[in-house]
Amino acid sequence: MAELNPLRWWRSLLAAPNTSPLKTLVVALMVALVCAVVVSVTAVTLRPLQQANLAAERQARMQEMLANLPGVEDLISGAGGGSLDVVLVDLDTGEPVENMDPATFDQRAAAADPATSREIPEEADIARLKRRSNFAPVIAVRRAGELALLVLPVHGAGYESQLYGYLAIEGDLNTIAALTFYEHGETPGIGARIADPEWEQLWPGTEIADAEGNLRVEVVRGRATEPYQVAGLTGATRTSTGVSNLVRFWLGEYGFGPFLERLKSGEIKL
Amino acid sequence: MRRYYDLVLRPLIDENPITLQILGICSALAVTTSVSTALTMSVAVTVTVVLSSAAVSLIRNHIPPSIRMIVQITIVASLVIVIDQFLKAYAFEMSKQLSIYVFLIVTNCMVMGRIEAFAMRNPVGPSVLDALGNSLGYSLVLLIVGSIRELFGTGNLLGYSVFPTVADGGWFEPLSLMLLAPSAFFIIGVLIWLIRALRPAQIEEPDFALVAEHEEARS
Amino acid sequence: MIEIFVSSILSENLVLSAFLGMCTYLAISKRLDTALGLGIAVVAVQTVTVPLNHLIHVFVLEPGALAWAGLPDVDLGFLELISFIGVIAASVQILEMVLDRYVPALYRALGIFLPLITVNCAILGGSLFMVERNYDFAESVVYGVSSGLGWALAIAALAAIRERLRYSDMPKSLQGLGMTFLVTGLMSMGFSAFAGLNTP
Repeated sequence: MAELNPLRWWRSLLAAPNTSPLKTLVVALMVALVCAVVVSVTAVTLRPLQQANLAAERQARMQEMLANLPGVEDLISGAGGGSLDVVLVDLDTGEPVENMDPATFDQRAAAADPATSREIPEEADIARLKRRSNFAPVIAVRRAGELALLVLPVHGAGYESQLYGYLAIEGDLNTIAALTFYEHGETPGIGARIADPEWEQLWPGTEIADAEGNLRVEVVRGRATEPYQVAGLTGATRTSTGVSNLVRFWLGEYGFGPFLERLKSGEIKL
Repeated sequence: MRRYYDLVLRPLIDENPITLQILGICSALAVTTSVSTALTMSVAVTVTVVLSSAAVSLIRNHIPPSIRMIVQITIVASLVIVIDQFLKAYAFEMSKQLSIYVFLIVTNCMVMGRIEAFAMRNPVGPSVLDALGNSLGYSLVLLIVGSIRELFGTGNLLGYSVFPTVADGGWFEPLSLMLLAPSAFFIIGVLIWLIRALRPAQIEEPDFALVAEHEEARS
Repeated sequence: MIEIFVSSILSENLVLSAFLGMCTYLAISKRLDTALGLGIAVVAVQTVTVPLNHLIHVFVLEPGALAWAGLPDVDLGFLELISFIGVIAASVQILEMVLDRYVPALYRALGIFLPLITVNCAILGGSLFMVERNYDFAESVVYGVSSGLGWALAIAALAAIRERLRYSDMPKSLQGLGMTFLVTGLMSMGFSAFAGLNTP
């Protein structure tokens, strides 16, 4: 009677002495199997919940980080808002960096530390930075799953102070969405007008490069006649030139240029 | 029935795993900086040791001696992984705090100790009760130490302010030592002292008696 | 790497700073010679298991680790615990056999302590710390050796102190385990002074 056989086999196994090799093997296999099944089922069923938790935590830390970056939140919500992600980028290679935490990265400290920064060759140092951190955080703002905005921290020499701000680029990676300065020491009423709304609103829509890919964006004296130009502040030529230089520097090969190239070509996705 | 009560109640003071059996110490020291982590750890350990005792007890008569330890460890480890997965899904904040220590439940001598000492040779019912009793004893010590450390280290209990700290405009200057490693040792040491004063049966006799006549002979 | 070596022994001692391996630490520290034996065994096991577990972590368990086998999307992280323990249990078993064959005197001296190492939280803790701190292979080896040495140092020190304490006068209720806890607390405070150690 075939049906009794497996049952009888099972019973005889149970009755066998514990030292029998067959029993040892069967017990080992069964314990392993049962444990494996229990663990796998749990891991697989609970994974979505765990991912959700991790994502929520990331967002929370991002918010925390944004709270420490003056002006970025307004910049982002002013340009339409969206979900945020911060990525640390290696400026020389243009690659995102995996093993550093963007939330705790201090770009200014990194620029001062010889281990994490480099000197810029004189002829390329149009923003008069002298040293530049090897890494920089980049904020990617997404709407409906697409990259809508890329926020790049920029800084450079103005007329009489260092200018610190954010350059926001639109998803096409060729149009400026905004340029704001959150820290500067320029003369009030003259250079300080770079932080005034009247001047800030000249920037959205400015194109960065021409059809051949040459970097064309600049601040000009007098009126802007082409889509890549922004009219400079009258009476604040030196500051305006400083702004122009720093924007061109950070969009160029010693700034975020390599990174933007990779993004445009599709090598990296954000 | 009396026997069942004994199984659960004896490990509370008379045979406490931490203060007498020297089992489960690592976690008792590390996760007692606040009552909430101590509580989470207690629950996690209780669930682990009860379930694994039950599982081992079920198959105790069929475990070949050559693979005894690894079978026990496999069962306990699988249970701990499952508990960790649950924590990560349903109590994420807690799971971050407990991190590495959740995994140390696997090598928690108390889990292995009770399995070896009891579950391997007793039926499921009493094994579960024994596991429960020892976990309660373990949890008791954890909660006592955790409460003392959190209260005197931060002025809070379970996050609620009990002693208003100077930083918050109160009178209490927190004892930072309480938040550090050594305080747990001191608290448990004093706890053991207290328990043995109440239960002299637990006192350890010295291995050798000092010979008093030696002094007399010299003078 | 010198930093890892020094810090594992002094400022991040597995016993006195991270509280791992406490049960055996407190129970086996009554005599100096047995404590030393256990310490050496721990060093041996730790030196073998930490680098081994590192290899397993990097080539099998990490998210994306199985890329070499053509399975880059598989994340076996949840199997970490059980595979590490398996490695530790196997290492202890092998160590036992090796010692029995080639250094029988030591094998006899260690006796029961060798299998006890399998459930020593310090061993598993060492491997888990190695994963958390992202050590590479060389660093894992150094960490394995030094964390074992740190544990051995701590237990030897405690045993020496306990042997001396036998001649002290103390309340009967504090004798033995109670005093051991207090002493360990003081040792832990002493070792925390090393946190200020600045290695180049």
